[in-house]
Amino acid sequence: MLVYITRRILYSIPVLIATTFITFWAVVKAGNPIYQLEINPRVDRHTIHLLIVKDHLNRSVPVQYWYWIKNVFTHHFGYYLIGDQPIWPDITRTLGHTLQVVGLSLVIAFVLGVAIGIYSAVRQYSVFDYFFTTFSFLGFAMPTFWLALLLQIAFTDIYLHWGTRIFYTSGLNNAGQGGAWTLDRLQHIALPVVTLTIISLAVYSRYMRASMLDVLNTDYVRTARAKGLTERRVIMGHVFRNALIPMATVLALDIGAIFGGAIITESIFQIDGIGQWFLRELSVPDVYGVMAYLLITATMIIVFNLLADIAYGFLDPRIRLD
Amino acid sequence: MTEPSVSHPGKHEAAPLADPIGFQPAAAETAVAQGLELKARSQWSYARTRFLRHRLAVASLVLLIIIFGVGIFANYIAPYSYFAIDLNHLLESPSIASKHYFGTDGLGSDEFSRVIYGIRTSLEVGVFVAFISSILGLVIGAIAGYFRGWLDNLLMRITDLVLTLPALAILLVFSALWGAGNQWRVSVILALFFWTGLARVVRGVFLSLREKEFVEAAKACGAGDARIMFRHILPNTLGPVVVNGTLAVATAILTEAALSFLGFGIKPPTPSLGSLVANGETYPQAWWLTVFPGLTIVIIVLCINFVGDGLRDALDPTQRRVRA
Amino acid sequence: MPEPLLSIHDLGVEFKTEDGVVHAVDGVSYDLFPGEILGIVGESGSGKSVSTLALLGLIPQPPGRIVSGTAEFQGSDLLRLKKRELRRVRGNEVAMIFQDPMTSLNPVLTIGHQLGEAIRTHHPDEKKDKVKARVIDLLRLVGVPNPEARYDQYPHEFSGGMRQRAMIAMSISNSPSLLIADEPTTALDVTIQAQVLDVMKRVQAETHAATILITHDLGIVAEMCDRVLVMYAGHIVESGDVETIFRSPRHPYTIGLMNSLPKLTGDEEWLEPIAGAPPSLIDLPSGCPFHPRCFLARERCREEVPPLREIDASGHLSACHFAEELIGRKSKFSEAVA
Repeated sequence: MLVYITRRILYSIPVLIATTFITFWAVVKAGNPIYQLEINPRVDRHTIHLLIVKDHLNRSVPVQYWYWIKNVFTHHFGYYLIGDQPIWPDITRTLGHTLQVVGLSLVIAFVLGVAIGIYSAVRQYSVFDYFFTTFSFLGFAMPTFWLALLLQIAFTDIYLHWGTRIFYTSGLNNAGQGGAWTLDRLQHIALPVVTLTIISLAVYSRYMRASMLDVLNTDYVRTARAKGLTERRVIMGHVFRNALIPMATVLALDIGAIFGGAIITESIFQIDGIGQWFLRELSVPDVYGVMAYLLITATMIIVFNLLADIAYGFLDPRIRLD
Repeated sequence: MTEPSVSHPGKHEAAPLADPIGFQPAAAETAVAQGLELKARSQWSYARTRFLRHRLAVASLVLLIIIFGVGIFANYIAPYSYFAIDLNHLLESPSIASKHYFGTDGLGSDEFSRVIYGIRTSLEVGVFVAFISSILGLVIGAIAGYFRGWLDNLLMRITDLVLTLPALAILLVFSALWGAGNQWRVSVILALFFWTGLARVVRGVFLSLREKEFVEAAKACGAGDARIMFRHILPNTLGPVVVNGTLAVATAILTEAALSFLGFGIKPPTPSLGSLVANGETYPQAWWLTVFPGLTIVIIVLCINFVGDGLRDALDPTQRRVRA
Repeated sequence: MPEPLLSIHDLGVEFKTEDGVVHAVDGVSYDLFPGEILGIVGESGSGKSVSTLALLGLIPQPPGRIVSGTAEFQGSDLLRLKKRELRRVRGNEVAMIFQDPMTSLNPVLTIGHQLGEAIRTHHPDEKKDKVKARVIDLLRLVGVPNPEARYDQYPHEFSGGMRQRAMIAMSISNSPSLLIADEPTTALDVTIQAQVLDVMKRVQAETHAATILITHDLGIVAEMCDRVLVMYAGHIVESGDVETIFRSPRHPYTIGLMNSLPKLTGDEEWLEPIAGAPPSLIDLPSGCPFHPRCFLARERCREEVPPLREIDASGHLSACHFAEELIGRKSKFSEAVA
């Protein structure tokens, strides 16, 4: 197992290097930092010269990349292109908030999705099944940003008409309130969590249902019934375990979409998360900020995929991880 | 449809016994007696029959044709131009009487017309992206799956790489830096990202089929690589290609809308349903500015998904059979 | 004549499909006596599997439907049992072995767990180690080497033949009085086939369970069975004890089946298939289902479904209007049998 993990990590490194190099090249070429500096009224000529030397902006792309990578490790992602601020504090502050929203959505969506998938498959063609099939199709078709906006409008309306705030429609906390797990915080992140949960739930419940139906039709489930097991034992002891296996892959494939959803919901609900930070860096555009975000999210996705593969190895004894 | 087998000429041990009415089973009579159809039917007519059985898919297809028709003929159908400003009718709610069916926005522009032009853009983007990415995916997947070796390895590493990227973020980056708000540039960026999905599927088909006996038979007849790929294996990929291409239209429309909503995709003056929704964000009280463009996206994508599902059932040769 | 263990009368099963109603089993009636091995032979689609799946209620009820019939077993009608009672019978008094051992065993559970489960379901108060000991004994009985170690292994770590042995062990774990084996060797290599059949013979000798052996292979019938039913298009077309059937088959389909087998001795230049193709179970031919392919067919065959009737005193039944015309006819195997 340890060998497998080490091998995967070692294999991921060239992938990360390739990914970040290609995007770095693209961002530098199209973002053209020197040009950005020159047209920026807040930066004077003297500073531009200093920055060109400090950040090696006039060297070739691979060289610039090399210095950037060095900065990532030695200076915690270094500094913004414009201004003298280090990048790292912004990352630590925002990443936690994003992970709180994303983490909550993932857990809720997965648990609910699995449960709904099981029940839909066992009670195929029932009202429950038809309802959630419709729900899933709508979930697939609905743009995340639209759902988020609708929720925002709805809850703003509730406030305007009835004067009470059930969930807040923007920000992380009210002024003066802090803390990651206070009621105030939960009320603020409720809507972005609901948005992301609904979108993911549509996917997870659909795939779990399909997986359950596949397993329900297998020969070994027939054998289990022929042994005289109760239907409950058949479902929980045989069907569920096998149907859960593909869900590890579904989760792994969905993680990229979840981070994308985080960008959108943070923008709409004004959540101080890494997605919103990324959008700000992109609109400048600040090369080092953008690249920091990409490197961090790409790493998280790779780690997540690795965890999913390990889970796979636990769930399915046919897979030998070595 | 296989023809019923005819008994072998030659030694036939059980000669027909005394037969009062001359009843001898012949191939055609046998078939008719069993109620079989003798007329040969092509694969496509089977697929079409299966597709037409899905009422939801058919209804969605009809609705899609109507919606896209409206988009194509936007110039003739839309009562107002995309840019028409009317400072006398700012932020009016929808009404049939005033001819502003979807209301007006902060500059008095007719939302209904803007949505129609937005449909046209979505259609153009969706079809373009689906088409280009399908061709790319098909070619690359075919080469990888058929020739294998280092080429396959390299191509698969690339598709793996794309899978591990945060999709929206990457698309945002390229769109922001190279898209310049231009509809076609954004479409190209999307197409260059989407081909990987289909390439995997096509590669899978080629990998499995190239080992099959009919390929060996073709080789024995002297068929070259290109011929084998085109005439023998390629037709088997058309099912997944069509299904995947259809669903890609929906994904492209959704993705472009998200990019444009965030302000990095298609920018005004080019119409986009995404930027219309973004416009609605700035006037939260004018709910019609958010609801109608978004609802249009939902309906289009929903219909495409239904049609795609119907196509998948129709073109998938591995149907569930009842075991006797 | 001892009392039959299982008495099936006029069993009919249908399936609703997109293309129409499939008549999988129609008017099937037979008795099974304690301790005997009854073979059911027929092509794919003859209804041989479906007719036995129906007994244990293993036909998915939509789209399947048992449209007629009774199955008397130990005083009750299997087809009318409530769910709970049926579950008590399954794997207990009546056990089933399926065709493909790779797909018939759960890949994520150990062999030991799955066999133990069969025992624990019907003996929930048994201690864990007693159950484990019994499982190991059963594995040894069916010839699985090193059963203590094999207990913790997964199905994919067993070979095909061993998996089928494990399935056999699982089926006899609660000492059933009726064992149904649905094409137990079809998915196996010929040499492994012989081994598994050996195991089944040994098991049968030890447990004295009545066995229904479903197969499409006449060779297996000849080797294993006491009596045999021949099925075609959902109907039984001939039945009797194995010697009689092989020596003097009295139905054109059975004759066709035997004639299509190659003979190892003697001179044969051509193989003789049965003319025509198997019928569509949705659009069955009128009258006798075999008549479009039958060398004996007359007008009457097209109009009237022939009943399964006695041809001679030894319990030999045939569903052919003109079975008498086949008397005196020697089959390919007459010499071998006599």
